[in-house]
Amino acid sequence: MDIHEYQAKKILSDFGIGIPRGGIAYSPENAEYKAKEIGGSRWVVKAQVHSGARGKAGGIIVCNDALEVARAADKLLGKKLITNQTGPSGKIINRVYIEEASDIERELYLGLVFDRGSECIMVVASTEGGMSVEEISNKKPETIIRSKIEAAVGIQEFQAREIAFNLGVETGLISRTAEVIEGCYRAFSELDATMVEVNPLVITKDKHVLALDCKMSFDNNALFRRNDVAELRDKSQENPSEVYASDRGLNYVGLDGNIGNIINGAGLAMASMDMIKSAGGEPANFLDIGGGATPEKIVKAFKLVSSDEKVKVILVNIFAGINRCDWVAEGIVQALQTIKIDMPLVIRLAGTNVEKGNKILKESNINYIEAHSLKQAASRAVEALKKIEVK
Amino acid sequence: MSILIDENTKIIVQGFTGKIGSFHAQEMIDYGSNVVGGVTPGKGGSTHLGLPVFNTVKDAVKETDAEASILFVPPSYAADSAMEAADAGIKVCVAITDGIPSHDMIKVKRYMRRYAKSEKMTMIGPNCAGIISPGKSMLGIMPGHIYKKGNVGIVGRSGTLGYEAASQMKELDIGVSTSVGIGGDPINGSSFRDILARFEEDPDTDIILMIGEIGGPQEVDAGKFAKENMKKPVVAYIAGLTAPKGRVMGHAGAIVSAYGESAVEKVELLKESGVTISKNPSVIGDTIKSVLKG
Repeated sequence: MDIHEYQAKKILSDFGIGIPRGGIAYSPENAEYKAKEIGGSRWVVKAQVHSGARGKAGGIIVCNDALEVARAADKLLGKKLITNQTGPSGKIINRVYIEEASDIERELYLGLVFDRGSECIMVVASTEGGMSVEEISNKKPETIIRSKIEAAVGIQEFQAREIAFNLGVETGLISRTAEVIEGCYRAFSELDATMVEVNPLVITKDKHVLALDCKMSFDNNALFRRNDVAELRDKSQENPSEVYASDRGLNYVGLDGNIGNIINGAGLAMASMDMIKSAGGEPANFLDIGGGATPEKIVKAFKLVSSDEKVKVILVNIFAGINRCDWVAEGIVQALQTIKIDMPLVIRLAGTNVEKGNKILKESNINYIEAHSLKQAASRAVEALKKIEVK
Repeated sequence: MSILIDENTKIIVQGFTGKIGSFHAQEMIDYGSNVVGGVTPGKGGSTHLGLPVFNTVKDAVKETDAEASILFVPPSYAADSAMEAADAGIKVCVAITDGIPSHDMIKVKRYMRRYAKSEKMTMIGPNCAGIISPGKSMLGIMPGHIYKKGNVGIVGRSGTLGYEAASQMKELDIGVSTSVGIGGDPINGSSFRDILARFEEDPDTDIILMIGEIGGPQEVDAGKFAKENMKKPVVAYIAGLTAPKGRVMGHAGAIVSAYGESAVEKVELLKESGVTISKNPSVIGDTIKSVLKG
């Protein structure tokens, strides 16, 4: 789960890390008021969307008086920000963050992630803050500092100090910088984060160490014990179909193709998508309905997939293991009595009681194309699509 | 032979008396697995499915000499149960549970470092289908009847995709020595490489099928291991060619976040290691057949 910059900064601040003075605003008037409340003479108005690269997309505006702040807020609020990370549809700006502008001397990069290879938490830092970590590793890989942290004992002071020295931080600010690194580590481990990125971490001309921007992601599997984090979820930043799916126990990712998929199991779902591609088609989605494949879940899956306007053909591929094909077939028949699908439907069942399952489908009055293998399912879905396109 | 489990392996079920634990315990018993009891804290002394229930894994091991366990414990307690099994001297533990926090799995792995290699439990999973040595024993939730006994070792992340492969193989009359599901989580008990090493040592396994997917470094590491340390041929299929970067595809670990983690890159790197690639999921069986023929 991702959160907004202002939420991440609040967390940093709770862990003792310095952030510029700022406040959230929901309207231009609100933004102007906040600017005056914060004080000073320069502010930055920042679009709050779940994406990096907001600056390049016009989502960050520097202002020199409070009226300009109001105008900047007016320009951003209610619009969609399209960055190189949001996809072409962009993400809605429902709030802006007003922050005092900082006089920057140095910009550093600081990130914490799980390192799957070593199964440790990895601190990644660089002297080249302000660029994305991908850009840094392409352009200035020699500046990247990595430090593995043993999760059982946590970060040690010497490790944080070493990173600070390697970043070339001046002596007087070493312990403050080390505290920032340790604070990020504590936030990461105490809140079940999967990523904490402070970019840039700046040293100001008046010698403060401040987190100027921050991104955090959290482990969805740990939200059951992190109420404070769970309540930071902003569904307006997520794809509506994905929200619908996750609220109903389905695993869905929207894609750009036109063959909709209903599959049980994540691996089989990815494999079916690959098979569609190999047969000359493009998948419209990833959808794992889980092991159960009950009629209720199948109904929800049909609703979800058929609500995508791009979808022209639906492919159902169920490998029934512990659940049986005859149950799955009954579920599909029941589902199609509740919801009308007026596009070609390819169904492939496999596994336990497959003959019984196919018999139930055949004897029902549902209109579908039968397939007996993964290959056949994909090629028949692509054929059905071609027929529509010819018409 | 086979790896990890055979007909003699004594099995206990952790989370035995729950609905899911009961269902799969019965399935395992029906398959012929040597299930000797189960653990549900607070229900010790009772009988379930005709077998004794214990309060702790230690009690169960003491009374039954169990060597293997399978976890059907909710995600918030699963890490604790795995550590309890490790401490009680269980040799192989399969964690079926989906949804264990990554920080908890790191803790489990760190905890297990206290044991000498000879004493250390092998953990399989979490978020996996488990292990089956066809015709001998099933320590998992797979449909046992789709696996034919034979000489191909299978190691994969996904449950249903593993079933797809096993059934393609069965249609071609190809059998399986042992199939191991290592699960779809980013931090797991055993890696592809760990299981490949076991298959290399197993006299009944002649060839290994590795079913990987996008995300993480394990498939590529396993390929390097195979090149440097194995004589037996390895066939691989990597799912997720069409998966977009930066998105989680169902499995918590199925996310491309670095170089070498996409399906295309994994396939290239595996080819460099001499692994035979099944170019799509419908020809997994055929690819193995052609390698078996040599």
